[in-house]
Amino acid sequence: MKSKNRNTFLFSALLLLLLLTLALNISLGQVNIPLKEVFKSLTGLSSSKETWEYIIVNFRLPKAITAILVGIGLSISGLLMQTLFRNPLAGPYVLGLSSGSSLGVALAILGAGFLPDFLSSIVLSSYGIILASCLGSFLVLLLILIVSVKIRDTATILIVGLMFSSFTGSIVSVLTYFSSAEQLQKFTFWNMGNLGNLSWQNILILTIVVVLGLLLSLVSVKSLDALLLGENYAKSMGLNIKKSRYIIIIATSLLAGSITAFAGPIAFIGLAVPHLAKLIFQTSNHKILFWSTILIGAILMLFCDMISQMPGLEFTLPINAITSIIGAPIVIWLIVRKRSLV
Amino acid sequence: MNTKNILSTSNLSIGYTTKREKNCIAQNVNLNLESGKLISLIGANGIGKSTLLRTLTGIQKPLSGTVFLNEKDIKSYKPLALAKQLSLVLTEKLPPSNLTVFELVALGRQPYTNWVGELSNEDVIKVSEAINLTQIIHLANKKHYEISDGQLQKVLIARALTQDTPLIILDEPTTHLDLLHKVSVFKLLKKLSQETNKCILFSTHDIDLAIQLSDEMIIMTPETVVQDQPCNLISKGIFNTLFHDENIIFDDKKGKFIIQ
Repeated sequence: MKSKNRNTFLFSALLLLLLLTLALNISLGQVNIPLKEVFKSLTGLSSSKETWEYIIVNFRLPKAITAILVGIGLSISGLLMQTLFRNPLAGPYVLGLSSGSSLGVALAILGAGFLPDFLSSIVLSSYGIILASCLGSFLVLLLILIVSVKIRDTATILIVGLMFSSFTGSIVSVLTYFSSAEQLQKFTFWNMGNLGNLSWQNILILTIVVVLGLLLSLVSVKSLDALLLGENYAKSMGLNIKKSRYIIIIATSLLAGSITAFAGPIAFIGLAVPHLAKLIFQTSNHKILFWSTILIGAILMLFCDMISQMPGLEFTLPINAITSIIGAPIVIWLIVRKRSLV
Repeated sequence: MNTKNILSTSNLSIGYTTKREKNCIAQNVNLNLESGKLISLIGANGIGKSTLLRTLTGIQKPLSGTVFLNEKDIKSYKPLALAKQLSLVLTEKLPPSNLTVFELVALGRQPYTNWVGELSNEDVIKVSEAINLTQIIHLANKKHYEISDGQLQKVLIARALTQDTPLIILDEPTTHLDLLHKVSVFKLLKKLSQETNKCILFSTHDIDLAIQLSDEMIIMTPETVVQDQPCNLISKGIFNTLFHDENIIFDDKKGKFIIQ
């Protein structure tokens, strides 16, 4: 029962931290808005300066919400993959899901030029990009799964993931070679990752897809716990392995695919956050890990976004660079600290 | 305690079918596993013990014949229904995780818990029963990777117990253990089969220990698969056919193998 109290305390602390980072995230930037004013305009009271309110509603708030969705989605997809592949180093970026998405999006953006006008406008719409991106990550995940059934060795699966990334990466480069400057620019910007480009309508779409992915993950909590003992034990405990595996894969590709479609490939969040959750809560119980990963994912992503728009900077740094700069050392620190990852 | 037939096979042939041919490992296997009995499965390396166990647990299809679990064809069981009849202890290494011993044992309740796997009061009672029976209460809060191989084996047996099945099948539960821990695992299995009236089947290479403790033994030789009580098997001289090597001779009086 001691651990129950400890968990309640940790969850409350994380919730508070989330609210704090959210407020700071909205308040800090090229124009600093006092926290009091942020609070005022978020609760519907008119703020004392109209420009502040304009900035909050049209720039800061959508970006903060996107950051939260991205942080949650990528972290949960990382958690699912680490358990599914029995591999502590699995994550959407490491296993090449993001590159699969990149390939899908590259095919859509760069290939749309070859299509008739009415088709290319469909392909280039947000729905088209999401679909291309989800399909890309789904295919890569499926391929990795097929390989992982044949190869039990976890390190080998990572290498296969790396191969997939470099394979899809080179197809993307071949595609860019044949594309126009305008298309190329569009793709390059997408590839750097951006949280701030989403309209409210896009945010709504992303929210729906992410929530769907999260619901599927929540349904998988019990099967994920069973998978902690390996597939044979899980099967012997009555788990329908094929079905659960497909639900987990669909959840993962929905999350990683939709997020990559809108925000670009974002590294290390999916790998690092589940480990932070496991470290802080000292458990493998997915019921607890699910919620803690969500909270930590949102907090870390808001924090990374805050750094990318540091006060005093004239421009916004690419978010993908920030997550790598923060995420990679976290992973190394975790490995060194425990001498291995769990 | 009254004995009840849990698992039986009729004219079972086991083996693999590859694209080109049927590779038959054993045929005409007729076994009868009854409740309250500790039954050991003996055979040389590569004779097909694992194939037999995989067939008996429904993981692998028989070439012909049927495996009956509670008088019903094992093929007709849905995974969840099967999980309530049959639990396993496997040789494979557990994947890395933070699971504590208690959590690991509690996972045995999966066939009975709700959609998020929450433990009801009854589940908690079953888990503590299993932990008490296997005497691992002092390990309950340790992580599963912090305990020794012998302790882990008991924990895995406790997990199978919480699954609350009339039949438990263990694949070589005593490999990698020293004599002390081998004996303690064997005695635990013996105690469990007597106290809980479960049928426990396990494969092993520790033949002399198995002869002393099993109620019945299943012996696999290249020619046949025989099931009988250890004393009958000894008087039939079946142990001398186990290994085709003139340097290993079974001493009927001592009940163990002697190297010439």
